[in-house]
Amino acid sequence: MSTADDTPEKLYAAREPIFPRRVSGTFRNLKWWIMAVTLGIYYITPWIRWDRGPNLPDQAVLVDLANRRFFMFMIEIWPHEFYFVAGLLIMAGLGLFLFTSALGRVWCGYTCPQTVWTDLFILVERWVEGDRNKRVRLWNAKWDARKLRLRMTKWVLWLLIALATGGAWVFYFTDAPSLLKDLLTLNAHPVAYITIAVLTATTFVFGGFAREQVCIYMCPWPRIQAAMMDEDTLTVAYREWRGEPRGKHRKAADADQLGDCIDCNACVNVCPMGIDIRDGQQLACITCALCIDACDDVMAKIGKPRGLIDYMALTDEPRERAGEKPRSIWTHIFRLRTMIYTALWSAVGIGLVVALFMRSDIDLTVSPVRNPTFVTLSDGAIRNTYDVRLRNKHGDDRPFQITATDAEDLQVRLEGIDGDTVLVPADATKLQRVYVVAPAGSGPATTERTGFRFWVTDTIADERAFSDTVFNGRAQ
Amino acid sequence: MSTDNKNKAPDEVETTGHSWDGIEEYNNPLPRWWLYTFYACIVWALGYSVLYPAWPLVKQATPGILGYSTRAEVEKEIARFDEANAGLVQELEAVELAAITEDPDLHNYAVQGGAAVFKTWCAQCHGSGAAGVQASGYPNLLDDDWLWGGTIDEIHYTVTNGIRNESDDARYSEMPAFGRDELLEPEQIDQVVAFVQSLSGQDHDAALATEGAVVFEENCISCHMEDGTGDRAQGAPNLTDAIWLYGGSADAIKYTVENARFGVMPNWNERLSEAEIRAVASYVHQLGGGE
Repeated sequence: MSTADDTPEKLYAAREPIFPRRVSGTFRNLKWWIMAVTLGIYYITPWIRWDRGPNLPDQAVLVDLANRRFFMFMIEIWPHEFYFVAGLLIMAGLGLFLFTSALGRVWCGYTCPQTVWTDLFILVERWVEGDRNKRVRLWNAKWDARKLRLRMTKWVLWLLIALATGGAWVFYFTDAPSLLKDLLTLNAHPVAYITIAVLTATTFVFGGFAREQVCIYMCPWPRIQAAMMDEDTLTVAYREWRGEPRGKHRKAADADQLGDCIDCNACVNVCPMGIDIRDGQQLACITCALCIDACDDVMAKIGKPRGLIDYMALTDEPRERAGEKPRSIWTHIFRLRTMIYTALWSAVGIGLVVALFMRSDIDLTVSPVRNPTFVTLSDGAIRNTYDVRLRNKHGDDRPFQITATDAEDLQVRLEGIDGDTVLVPADATKLQRVYVVAPAGSGPATTERTGFRFWVTDTIADERAFSDTVFNGRAQ
Repeated sequence: MSTDNKNKAPDEVETTGHSWDGIEEYNNPLPRWWLYTFYACIVWALGYSVLYPAWPLVKQATPGILGYSTRAEVEKEIARFDEANAGLVQELEAVELAAITEDPDLHNYAVQGGAAVFKTWCAQCHGSGAAGVQASGYPNLLDDDWLWGGTIDEIHYTVTNGIRNESDDARYSEMPAFGRDELLEPEQIDQVVAFVQSLSGQDHDAALATEGAVVFEENCISCHMEDGTGDRAQGAPNLTDAIWLYGGSADAIKYTVENARFGVMPNWNERLSEAEIRAVASYVHQLGGGE
């Protein structure tokens, strides 16, 4: 190894501050709407009430970790139904694939929490400190009373938003109104305060200071997106063949040699990532499309058609260079690949909905006791033991009758209970030991394995559920 | 972004100046905050290793000035649960044995606690599933056959005082070794074995059994009763049922008659608390054979 003399000055680079300029236009409006809807859903959802009767919580969306229940409006999910959550995550994953293959990093640009909260923080920043030029001046200004006042105002506002963000999160996990009361009277569990503190800190730091650093250096998605996008994916791009050579001096002699780009830097100034889209597609671009709005604005002013910066697909580049019209965006969106993603996404979704409606309100799982596999009774009868977990998803107590069918001579006896009926409390699981006895000399008693079926009948609702299991006998 | 290298042609990018066999390293500077994160981790690690057990020495690690230990943590947890269960333990010691099942919380505590006691102290002989050891003299506690009684009170007495041990209160009885001590002639033993087999409906030599009935009448009925159903007061097993503690074959019965059996069990009142004994009795009582 040799060390050259020209060792670079910096192996570590300081963050260069970014001061996105205000912009208005189609995509900016779309982003305002998406911000309002997503933040609205996030902050308001825990406060929606839903009547489930006296034994169950009345919060519409509740992740009840203590009791291992997940409530979402009319749906209640128990731990053994966690496949619904897995299914939703698979749908989220496939949905992300679908949107990325069709529209590039549209998730990053419009709906990612990092983008939405950063957008909100920049909005506050602009309210307090003014637009780009004022903010640049303030940044360069010496620390005086005014700068301190503006900075403190901004930070306090950010902190309040961050606090509301962290605060909203904990309401999803317990009854929101009573938790709010506990929080305000300092009676809530320390975990609630710690969670709020951590999320407040991350929101404040990520939205206020880390911003694009999160997307560029922390998030794995920008790296994965390359595998998801292809040459038909619509993404934000610069029509270099139309814009170049760029130039400011429109009145110069060689002005007719210049392209449409007047090098006004509007696209750079509005970019929350601080990049120049004219350098081409790049890792740091979250495709928020604000440069499209900025450039369209300028093109309108200088009397050129819009779309110097626009959503485009790579396959259109050679066509456009050759002077042909680009293909319709629908031909880019409706492709075999996106249709396969849509089909998969829908299949999982339909599967989940079907599973949701096929669920029974009573359920059982049977685990045979296999230590020992069977017990010989004094009269020679053979007894097997089963741990039966009975689930009652009703909001009230239910009597469950347990019977065994599909094998002759089997008698059912319940531990600690006379008769064949056990009362299962509302919205609960009960573990009941069940003995099954085959008389001496009967078929199941003298056969090594006899299959049979446990039936559980809710005698009030007349609902039934079954589970197949095996009776072990003493082979002759 | 903090560097513009990404949009430069390869030959425009600054290198670190390092060169290995002509291979150079591009200088794409790391964000400085990342470096600071690294420093922060070092500071954290130093603080942690001072406050908490960290550096391994010959015998143990440095204790750390907070004196934290996971063992102490566990002890605290155990003490917390002991305190939380103190009321149940008191109730378990005070309540009538037969009334334990009436309080679901108490019964649940007794059964769960009894299961733990059983797996610690009883499973060595009776097996972790309480099925005993087939035909080897360790009784199966799951079935409905009891040598000394299967009510909760009887089970409690057996666990407390044990069987055929040094304790004065132990359950005690002793079967004579009819063969070893020459109390019966060998042919008499063969006859009584056939008769005992006939009691539980096994295949047997009917002629021998008829002779054996007389031998049984003269030697065995004081404990095993005239009909062979045994006597729980003496721990004399029921010979008419399908359950054999030492095996029901002719050879096994013959061995028993010749040499007798002397199954023992410790008196657990010396090692377990009254609450633990009551818990394990509750556990055994609800295994399927309790009376």
